[in-house]
Amino acid sequence: MSWGDPVVPDEEVLQKSLDWDLFRRLLRYLRPYRGRVILAIGLLLVLSGLAILGPYILKLAIDRSIANDSLDASLRVSMLLKFSAFYLCVLMLEFVTRYGQMILTTLVGQKVMYDLRMEIFSHLQKLSLTYFNRNPVGRLMTRVTGDVEVLNELFTSGVVQIFGDLFLLGGIVAAMMLLDVKLALVVFTVLPVIFIATGIFRRRVRDSYRDVRTRLAKLNAFLQESITGMTVIHLFGAEARSFDRFSFLNGDHRDAHLRTVFYYAVFFPVIEVIGAIATALIIWYGGRGVLSETLTFGALAAFLQYATHFFRPIRDLSEKYNVLQSAMASSERIFSLLDTEPRIVGPEKALPFQPFQNAIEFDNVSFAYRDEDWVLCDISLTVKKGERVALVGATGSGKTTMVNLLGRFYDVQKGAIRLDGIDLRDMDPHDLRRRMGTVLQDVFLFSGSVDRNIRLGDDTISREEMKEAARIANAHTFIERFSDGYEHELQERGSGLSTGEKQLLAFSRALVFNPEIFILDEATSNIDSETEHLIQEALERILVGRTSLVIAHRLSTIQNVDRIVVLHHGEIREMGTHQELLRQGGLYKRLYDLEIRSAVESTGTDG
Amino acid sequence: MRELLRLRPYLARYKGSFAIGIVHVFLTNVFTLISPLILMRAIDELRDGALTRPLWVYASIVVVLALIQGVFRFMMRKVMIGASRKIEFDLRNDLFSHLGSLSVAYFDRTRTGEIMARATNDLNAVRMFVGPAIMYVANTFFTLVIGLTLMLRLDWQLTLLALLPFPLLSLGVKMLGSRLHDLFQAIQEQYATITTHVQENITGIRVVKAFVREEEQIEGFRVLNREFIERNMSMVRLWGLFFPIMGLLTGIAMLIVMGFGGFRVVSGNLTLGGFVAFTSYLGMLTWPAIAIGWVINLIERGAASMKRISEILDEEPDITAPEIAEAPPIRGGLRLDDVSFAYNGEPVLEEIDLTVGEGETVAIVGAIGSGKSTLLRLVPRLYDVSRGEILIDGVPLRSLSLSHLRSAIGFVPQETFLFSMTVKENIRFGDPSLSDEQLEEICRLSRLTPDLDKFPEGWDTVVGERGVLLSGGQKQRIAIARALARNPRILILDDSLSSVDVNTEEAILVGLREYRRGRTTLIVSHRLSAVRDADRIVVLEEGRITERGIHRELIRNGGFYSRLYERQKLIRELEDLE
Repeated sequence: MSWGDPVVPDEEVLQKSLDWDLFRRLLRYLRPYRGRVILAIGLLLVLSGLAILGPYILKLAIDRSIANDSLDASLRVSMLLKFSAFYLCVLMLEFVTRYGQMILTTLVGQKVMYDLRMEIFSHLQKLSLTYFNRNPVGRLMTRVTGDVEVLNELFTSGVVQIFGDLFLLGGIVAAMMLLDVKLALVVFTVLPVIFIATGIFRRRVRDSYRDVRTRLAKLNAFLQESITGMTVIHLFGAEARSFDRFSFLNGDHRDAHLRTVFYYAVFFPVIEVIGAIATALIIWYGGRGVLSETLTFGALAAFLQYATHFFRPIRDLSEKYNVLQSAMASSERIFSLLDTEPRIVGPEKALPFQPFQNAIEFDNVSFAYRDEDWVLCDISLTVKKGERVALVGATGSGKTTMVNLLGRFYDVQKGAIRLDGIDLRDMDPHDLRRRMGTVLQDVFLFSGSVDRNIRLGDDTISREEMKEAARIANAHTFIERFSDGYEHELQERGSGLSTGEKQLLAFSRALVFNPEIFILDEATSNIDSETEHLIQEALERILVGRTSLVIAHRLSTIQNVDRIVVLHHGEIREMGTHQELLRQGGLYKRLYDLEIRSAVESTGTDG
Repeated sequence: MRELLRLRPYLARYKGSFAIGIVHVFLTNVFTLISPLILMRAIDELRDGALTRPLWVYASIVVVLALIQGVFRFMMRKVMIGASRKIEFDLRNDLFSHLGSLSVAYFDRTRTGEIMARATNDLNAVRMFVGPAIMYVANTFFTLVIGLTLMLRLDWQLTLLALLPFPLLSLGVKMLGSRLHDLFQAIQEQYATITTHVQENITGIRVVKAFVREEEQIEGFRVLNREFIERNMSMVRLWGLFFPIMGLLTGIAMLIVMGFGGFRVVSGNLTLGGFVAFTSYLGMLTWPAIAIGWVINLIERGAASMKRISEILDEEPDITAPEIAEAPPIRGGLRLDDVSFAYNGEPVLEEIDLTVGEGETVAIVGAIGSGKSTLLRLVPRLYDVSRGEILIDGVPLRSLSLSHLRSAIGFVPQETFLFSMTVKENIRFGDPSLSDEQLEEICRLSRLTPDLDKFPEGWDTVVGERGVLLSGGQKQRIAIARALARNPRILILDDSLSSVDVNTEEAILVGLREYRRGRTTLIVSHRLSAVRDADRIVVLEEGRITERGIHRELIRNGGFYSRLYERQKLIRELEDLE
């Protein structure tokens, strides 16, 4: 049996050829720090100078002192001391400059990363829910974290260091030319060879690393899948089969690595041989120069030193190219996110905030999440100030959508929703949402304290107000039961709390902002009867005198509301009080009967 | 360090490679370290103005030495690093194979991410020990021994003085290395925190927007982001020292050679050639000195990682069975004899007595958490009973080999898990030897055929993120097909039709009715339509059997079953309303 290739996230293109527009746009992020960038480049220039100075001091020491037989020994020694002192100064200066340069470059890189991350994150906050529905969480996270990290490499070790490598290379070439033009030119004959060798090596290694990466991704994807699906593997006695597949992928991965090992094993000796050729050229041609007294021993020694410094900048330069390519791919993805226009925005001149006075009005509203799949059809409904309205209906009847539209998380396609006669689209969505206290079906809790989850970090709300809200919502008692009360840290997604408790927390959260309009999308899951009672009690207190829209899954919740709206397949089918609807004997009556039956079933099933 | 002993059998397997590798390390060093002596000779003769050989001869010797050295160096890397990749391969295979032998309970209590971390990061750390660490230990050893011998012969006083900074270099790298490792961990942690914040923000975006908390979220992110930069910078403040210190220490060694070595030349104790050779040797010794510090860190990390990997390898499989090659075919009669099962100390099933005759169909009904699924999972021994015994054809499960037992069972789990391979491969997971005709028959039985036509590449369509996203019902039907592919004596359906619409469910059940004939079948379902035709129905409540009988008897009972029945009748009516 052939076992299909495991899933590899192939939407993530890893590299892309150099794109100047993207690159220019990236460089723009350096602009606020251009002073530091220029300083860093300046330091690099100093560093290259110092690096070239070292062998030159050696040359002077040899020629003027060590090999200068014409001078008196004591004089030579004292000169030697002077050169050594000078050399020490150069070393110290180099130490300080190199350190300073490194810190400076990284700091700039980090600041740019900071700016970019803030920009992406802030931009994400403006995008509409439609965008979040379309893009998986993992992908969006990669934009803020992984992709930005890739750019970090570009800014810290890429852009600026390129100058360093070029300066160093140029400096060495210049120094050699100054010492002896002919010998320099002879030694330079190895340069093209180095360029070609590193070029070939870089391409090969890049390709084989790409292989390594994709194969490792496959291997790990398979491993992960096998771990998650271990029960199935056991059940179908597929241990041996999946091992064979794993071993095959593992072998593929090993082979890709062995190729890389091979390239490295070839590259290092090749570089050494080229280095030896350079040394040989210096011995041969330079030695002849010494014989004919056109070259000093010091210069010969300096040449030998310079020749060993050739290789690093050349290899680094070619690696920069890889960095650049990865950065292109990441920046393209980042910019495409930043270029996504927020869909739901307030008008140019939003109307000033007015307290809610009259009514919410759904006027012939139709809505579809996608194309023509109408979820709501021609809905007209008016909720007066202070009225308590419940939405009832089977799953998929459009209840939640109505609430989503009211908060303007989506815009209606037909008709309009108005608040005191003003179209929602003419308001600032933030102003609109501030009027509403929402409790969602799946209570989302942030990691952090209970306090943070109620006040949501809003310090304008006092702790007393928070506790008051929790008391009304019947949450205070169970919060106080934690040894650290409101400071109690909730586990991931509040996993330590029961569904009911989460619901009560959500009530507190909605209440604490003292909303004009209360929206509740009741949880579907089962809640123990004791907590259910607490919820019921809290709800009655919350709803008193407050305009509210309640989506109820348990009809017992809503028997006292002013009006019940029965939705079916996106249309309003029935409307009236509990008693009226029961008398009508329609859809509501049936739903109600069903509920009575389920209530008998104390244990409950998910039917 | 003791953890690393565990690698002995792996190292032993490649001892030939390591032996060859070490010989090559030695030879590489010999030829590398001879080279400066040639340079010395040439310069001394030049200085004395008495060349014994033409200059090109010296030049050629340098190149030839480099070539010979290059071949050995190539072999050294290829053989030793290559062996480390092979050991990584072996170790990873062993890890996977061991994981396969562990029971479901192990995977229940161990997070996937943890296992993945062992198989990736830790394995890599061990690989770094087996490969580069061992190679560089050998290399450093030979470089120091040969290099020092040669240098000491040239001028022992200069040698001792010039090498003074080198121990500092090793020590510095070692200390910086472990401190950097800690700082790096701190950065990784902060990175994880940022990731979590972003994830939380995106998953909770609805709440963020509903309560207009965007600003607060951005502020929170800003704090984390700033801390991230801080941590990065504190690492860079240290890491930034690395190269400058290296440069400084090697520079000081060079300074000593220049100053003191120059003095020795002036005072006639060293030739100019020897002086130049010394400068070359310094360059050659720099990397091994750095490597000492680096390698110590590699060994420490390798040991820590090996310890974590050993935790998995030492995990004993808790479900074991005798390996019996020959066994009579399983016919499918089942008996649960006073079976109790507790999970993490919580009783799940208590005193279950149940006999399912060969070819009989028994349905199990009950509320969520009543123990239905657990009961089913005991049959293929995904878990073992805590008390009592399960017998198959009168033989205790524990006396059968696992493969024999499981080969007789077609199990459709509650949570459908498909592998990301083609539909066909997923079905054939049940039996790889299945012919296309048999496959078609199975697809027909599980009502997959109409869906296959809709898939872009029929049953060669890849399932999952990279391929088609299937509906819950489609997934379940593939899982059913996969179980049928085993041609099982015992068919187990654990709420396997919950996502399938009512009509398809009906069709599958009708189709299976014929198929089930002669096969023992256990069905768990929340829909009574799926269980009403069973030969016997068992109601589980809180881990105990509270009702048993056939449909007609149970609806008259007035118990759990009859209430469930009434409720479902109503739902059915509601659904038919349109």
